[in-house]
Formats: sequence, C-alpha cells, structure tokens
Amino acid sequence: MEKLTFEFFGGAPVNTTRTPALVGVVGSGNLEVLIEPEQLGGRCAVEILTAARGFGDTWKAVLDDFFTRHELADVRISINDVGATPAVVSLRLDQAVESFLGGAQ
Amino acid sequence: MRDWNVQARNRQARLARAAALTKGKVVDAANIDALLEAVLEPGDRVCLEGNNQKQADFLARALVALDPEKIHDLHMVQSVLALPEHIDVFERGIASKLDFSFSGPQAGRLAKLVGANQIKIGAIHTYLELFGRYFVDLTPRVSLVCAQAADRQGNLYTGPNTEDTPIIVEATAFKSGVVIAQVNEIVDKLPRVDIPGDWVDFVVQSPKPHFIEPLFTRDPAQISEIQVLMAMMAIKGIYAEYGVNRLNHGIGFDTAAIELILPTYAESLGLKGKICQHWALNPHPALIPAIEAGFVESVHCFGSELGMEAYIRARPDVFFTGADGSMRSNRAMCQAAGHYACDMFIGSTLQVDLAGNSSTATLGRIAGFGGAPNMGADARGRRHASPAWLKAGREARQGRNLIPRGQKLVVQMVETFREHMQPAFVEKLDAWELAEAANMDLPPVMIYGEDVSHILTEEGIANLLLCRTDEEREQAIRGVAGYTPVGLGRDKAMVENLRDRGIIRRPEDLGIDKRQATRDLLAARSVKDLVRASGGLYDPPKRFRNW
Repeated sequence: MEKLTFEFFGGAPVNTTRTPALVGVVGSGNLEVLIEPEQLGGRCAVEILTAARGFGDTWKAVLDDFFTRHELADVRISINDVGATPAVVSLRLDQAVESFLGGAQ
Repeated sequence: MRDWNVQARNRQARLARAAALTKGKVVDAANIDALLEAVLEPGDRVCLEGNNQKQADFLARALVALDPEKIHDLHMVQSVLALPEHIDVFERGIASKLDFSFSGPQAGRLAKLVGANQIKIGAIHTYLELFGRYFVDLTPRVSLVCAQAADRQGNLYTGPNTEDTPIIVEATAFKSGVVIAQVNEIVDKLPRVDIPGDWVDFVVQSPKPHFIEPLFTRDPAQISEIQVLMAMMAIKGIYAEYGVNRLNHGIGFDTAAIELILPTYAESLGLKGKICQHWALNPHPALIPAIEAGFVESVHCFGSELGMEAYIRARPDVFFTGADGSMRSNRAMCQAAGHYACDMFIGSTLQVDLAGNSSTATLGRIAGFGGAPNMGADARGRRHASPAWLKAGREARQGRNLIPRGQKLVVQMVETFREHMQPAFVEKLDAWELAEAANMDLPPVMIYGEDVSHILTEEGIANLLLCRTDEEREQAIRGVAGYTPVGLGRDKAMVENLRDRGIIRRPEDLGIDKRQATRDLLAARSVKDLVRASGGLYDPPKRFRNW
C-alpha cells in the first residue's frame, strides 16, 4: 500500500452542513471515494490509500484536472484504491462531487 | 491448336480417381483420407472452410493426416485460421503457402512458423478482398466446406451459419474445381437448399457435428461503468448528433454496452425510431433488449450465434430467414452491406497512433484483419445519400474548395488504458515492428487514420472530420488520450481551443450526468437477463450459464 496526500487552494468553499457522499466499492480495479465538508481554511485536502505503488504522478495529473473541473474548498476527500485505472478514478470523483453537491439528475 | 478445356479434363481425372470410393456423391467417413488423396494434387490451391464461427473440422483433421510425400505444397486460401489443424498442415509439410484474412486464435503459432520459413504468406486480406480474389487469381482448385445437412444429390443445407460457404463453392464449382462438404447429417429431404447439389461433388457425414464458436456473445455482467459512460457519450455525441440509422458494431464489451443502453438511455432521450434501426451485424445476444423495445427494424448477419436460433426464428420481421424459418447468414453479402449501405462503423481497437491509425497487431502475433477494415473505411464507391453521411461529408469539407460528397462515420472507441495499464494511445504502432519481424510489405493497420471520423474515450470525443491540419488532428487525439504518455504530452492551450470549437467534446459538454453512468443503466445486467428479455427463446451455450 502507498499513502499519498495532495492539497488544492483557491476553490469556492462549500456549505459545511452538506451531507458527506460516498461512492464506489473497495474491489479489484475499483475504488471508494468519500467527500465530506470540513473547515480547512479554504483548502481541499485529498488523501489516497492505494494498492498500486509508484503512480504518484498520474494521481497528481488526475487530481489537477479534477480540481480544474470542480474548484472546491473546505472539503476533505478520502480515497481507498484497489488498482483502479485513471478513467475509473475520474469517473468516481465526478460521481462523488455530483452527488455531494446535488443538482438535478 | 490450343486446348481450351484443361481444367475440366483435370477435374474429370480427379473424379475418376475417386470413383472407386463412392457410389453417387455420398462418401463414407472411413474413406475420407483416400478421397482427399485421390482428389488432391501437389501444389493445389485449397480452400479449407474456416470461418470465424463454423469450422470444417473433420476435413481439417483428414487433411493434416495425409502423407506429405504424396500431397505437399498446397496453397491454402481460407478466410480464418481458427483450429490448430489450420497450422498443423504447414508444420507437417502438406501446405506451404497461405493467403488469409484472420487468424486470431492461431496468431502466435502463425508468427512462429512464418519466422521459421515454414509458411509463406501471400497476403493478409480483409474478407471481401479475399473473396474477391477467389474470382480473380486465387480460385480454389479444391474446396473443403462445411454444412449442417446434405441430401443424396449433394444439395446442402447450411442452417443459420451459412457464412462463407456460398461464395467458396461458387468460385470453385464454376471454375472446374472439386467441392467436398462435411455435414452433420444426411437426410432425405432438406429444410431448404442453400447450395445446389450440382455445385457439390462429394458429401461426407462427419462422425461429430462441426464445431461452432460462440464468438459474439458478451456477458453483460462484465460490462464496466466506464463502458456505460462511453456508451452514453456515443449515443448522445454521435448517434443522436448524426441521426445514425444504418450501422455496424464491432465485437466487444464497449459496443455491447451501447446495445444494452438503447432501451434505457437512448429511449429516455427520445431517440427510438430515430437511430439504430437497420444493422449489418451478427445476431448479438446483447441486441435482444433493443429489438424487444422496438428500436430495431432489420438485422442482416455475417454468420449466426450459438443459442440465438430459436429467437431469430421467432423474429422473422427483423432477421433474414428462409421459408423453413431458420436464418440465412452470408459473410460476403453482409460485408458488402456493411461497407456500402451503412452510415457508421464503431468498434474497439488495441492501439491508436497520433494520426489516428488504429491497429490490433501486437509483436509475436500475426492476427490479420477479418472484416473491420471493410466496415471501418469510407466507401469511395458509394453514391446514395443519407442525412448522417451528408453531415459527415459536410464537416470534413467545410471551408474547402471541394465538390460536395458524403462520408462514412468510422468511430474508434477505446479506453485510454487497456488491461495492466497498457496505454491504448502510442507514438508508434507495434504494427511497424511486427511488419519488420515478419518481413511484410506494410505495417498491418486495421483502420487508417484518414478513414477515422471520431475517436471516443472516457475522456471525450475527438471529431477528426473537423480538424484542418495534421497538428490539429494530433492535438485532438492527444486531447482525449487521458493520462497516457500521449495524453499527458498535449498542448493544453490548443486542446482547450479545440474544445471551444467543438472538435473535442467532454461528457460535461454533452450534458451527460456521470451519476447515471452505472450498470443500472444496462437493460440486461447478466446473461440470464438476456434470456428473460427474449421470453426464454435465447438459449445460451453452457459456458455462459452461470446460474
């Protein structure tokens, strides 16, 4: 297992009373994403526990793009990864944000 | 004075040698070796019917068992190398030259024998190309074909898996060749005649029914959410956009996902009756829910699919069936239909390069092409118009001083990473290395970049029709190549510019809600669901029955 952490700044704070959102499953080629509101002084903190070692650069690229799509602040994102491809990671993150922020399906 | 009848007299000599083995056309299975030895001559061009589904397996085994002292240097001209025997004939020195289309299951062994100079490959063809050459310069002298049943006059009933048999027999029989058919049974009266008896010289009842591979069955249980997402993008970003009504789907889970969300997602977008009505397609079990939902008007098939027989029989308005009720497929006709009469081909691939060339070639395997290049190529001989074809042509020609013409939509659908994090986008195709290793004239490209209209990945759709320079094209491809090295090497500003111009479209640009991209969107989530959707008519092969 490898533990990675990333932080993003400059996003728009979310309402801290929002309900946390959990999507995905901990299974081979898949991952679990938890998004929860937290007072982080405007930061968006991401913590990853992954079964596949040595993909730090790819995670950074995936998360950079994610943060460009969804500029969040005061949010903690926790990821449990079992070797998901970047495609699955991006999809799960987007699904998590969409259910976290709500909006019409 | 020239003798104008050499071939027919040679044919008579062959039949005379075989005369002692049979009364009439029926030959006992025990005499098959003697029959082949009597009929064949060294150096003959031989078509051993190997399709991608049904196999003349009994005749293949008999051919391999011949004495290479007597029968050697055969030139095999067959569409598919599927059985080990198809390679064994070369290993045993019975055959030495090969012209073919596809060798999926035997691709590794084929590459080894080519490397060891035990097989000389004439050319690797597409199906239509090889069939065409049967009537030009690769006409078989002897054909060993496969049918469901025969009568004593040699009439053949192929059943739903008609496939290549008509074209092989026609080319052979009308050029004074010899046709031998293996059949599962010899009956007094056939359900229908697929091949007239006077085109067939001998029939032999195989001790076991011929092998058929259920090649086009995909278990919906294995479809991933990424594939659902990509299917949604295909439907909203391409099918709806162009009004694609006549099409062919390549084989695989990506396209199975599209078939399975027609009755759910496409229906919810109001697309029923507007897209996907006419198909050149094998009877994919995954299409059952769409047929049942009323999406599909007609399906013409290259071959059949095990387990679909009763379902097809019960849906004659949709499929091409005979007076007996069973389907007649025809690979050559369906390839022609897919090439000329379809507005779109969509299929998966293994590798795409920066010019959009797409290849399934990998080092150490000579897999060939099959039918994809016929489907996945603009039909330059096409003259009839349709809205989808006209729109694609307009996009490709916008701002250029060219006479108006339509264009086929050729979509390559691929996840940016394949299994084991192998990138699907590469700077240089493996095909180049394979061409060098196997001493080929050209790298084996399945679909040329100039024919590809769209590349669809989980990251987005690149519309190559709208690209005006090689550089734009390269950046459009990089722009959907995700986190592969090719994708990471993109010029971000240029990709954003392409996105602003609608050349690259992301799921969010298409208004796709990713929360919907779950397996719940599939109209069937298992093989059992497909059986249920068919009203119990679909009878899946054992290996797909996991309940």
